[in-house]
Amino acid sequence: MSLGRELADALLGRNPLLGGALGLCPALAVSTSLKNGVGIGLATAAVVVGSVALAALVGRALPARARMLALVVVTAGLATAADVIMTKHMPTLRAGLGIYVPLIATNCIVFGDARAAAQGAGLVRSLVSGLGAGLGFAGAVVVVSAIREVAGSGKLWDVAVAGPNFNPALMLTIAPGGLIALGLVMGVFNRLRHRS
Amino acid sequence: MGVDKLLTIAVGTILVNNVVLVRLLGLCPVAGGSRQVRSTLILGLVVTCLMTVASVATFGIYSRVLLPLHLAYGKTLAFMLVIAVLLWAAEAVTARRASGFSLAFHRGLPLTTANCAVLGVALINVEKAYDLLAAAANGAAAGLGFTLVLVLVTGLRERIELSPVPGSFKGAPVILVLTGLVALAFLGFSGLVIE
Repeated sequence: MSLGRELADALLGRNPLLGGALGLCPALAVSTSLKNGVGIGLATAAVVVGSVALAALVGRALPARARMLALVVVTAGLATAADVIMTKHMPTLRAGLGIYVPLIATNCIVFGDARAAAQGAGLVRSLVSGLGAGLGFAGAVVVVSAIREVAGSGKLWDVAVAGPNFNPALMLTIAPGGLIALGLVMGVFNRLRHRS
Repeated sequence: MGVDKLLTIAVGTILVNNVVLVRLLGLCPVAGGSRQVRSTLILGLVVTCLMTVASVATFGIYSRVLLPLHLAYGKTLAFMLVIAVLLWAAEAVTARRASGFSLAFHRGLPLTTANCAVLGVALINVEKAYDLLAAAANGAAAGLGFTLVLVLVTGLRERIELSPVPGSFKGAPVILVLTGLVALAFLGFSGLVIE
């Protein structure tokens, strides 16, 4: 498979969040507004790509038994780096995302792709697949958070988009609404995927 | 710390701020988990033990090692290493148990999918500045809350398997919507504890 097709496949065909139901916790917990969605999506994508690159580099040098431990150190280190950078430069965003920034370290997407890379998939191929998975996750979170922000508060990126008569569905801003919204988006995604 | 405070934490963490339904941690094993109530019960109990031990261990490391050395920002790394060791130990212990136990355990219920919830609880303990006893109580209560939701959703999953769900919604999507409805029901518990 060519690299371009691999990217498209990772991005759309087997989207980690919508197709694989991976990384559910952050996708639901902080997808209450578009700003938060973009923040957690891009941070996760950066950690996925970084850990895939590092895992591909150190993975081959280590015996199989030590790889898992090395992966834990790599992903936790990168998540910590993301946490420190966000705390320093984007304190309001970091406060909004809370414990879900350090929790990027346990995101199943990070582990899945990094493990494949450490087990010897080529560096370029792993990077493309990691980039696709990371961006696919980010894109899906952005869609869910946009839906939740518009329908839940009548705003988009903190700007009011609905008319004065709009009656927001407050439930979408809290946890149950997140679960239901993601479930519906996943169902629609499956339908579109099977049709094409 | 009095018994009343511990009770407040326990009820609050199991019912009001449920780790799965409100904090949205540990959803992967709930959404993709087993179809048997028995094996989910075993998973839940193992996770409860893990969360309690991990809460105590991470509290010790955070307050005795990381804070004195001004390394608080390294908590994610330190906690993940602790949890990785605990997970490995838990898998070694359960693998040695009687065959029925470990079979139920290894059939589609990988313990590692729960590690985001375990780390999340450890981070919540730090965020709320709990002391040792409170951290242990919070860990145990979070595990019990996780078990409760896991068993509830597994029971509902048995029913939904027999229902005419549209093809695109089979599997994770309908389970998420279902979990959302359970979360909605649990909103009734809010206001139970005055914090």
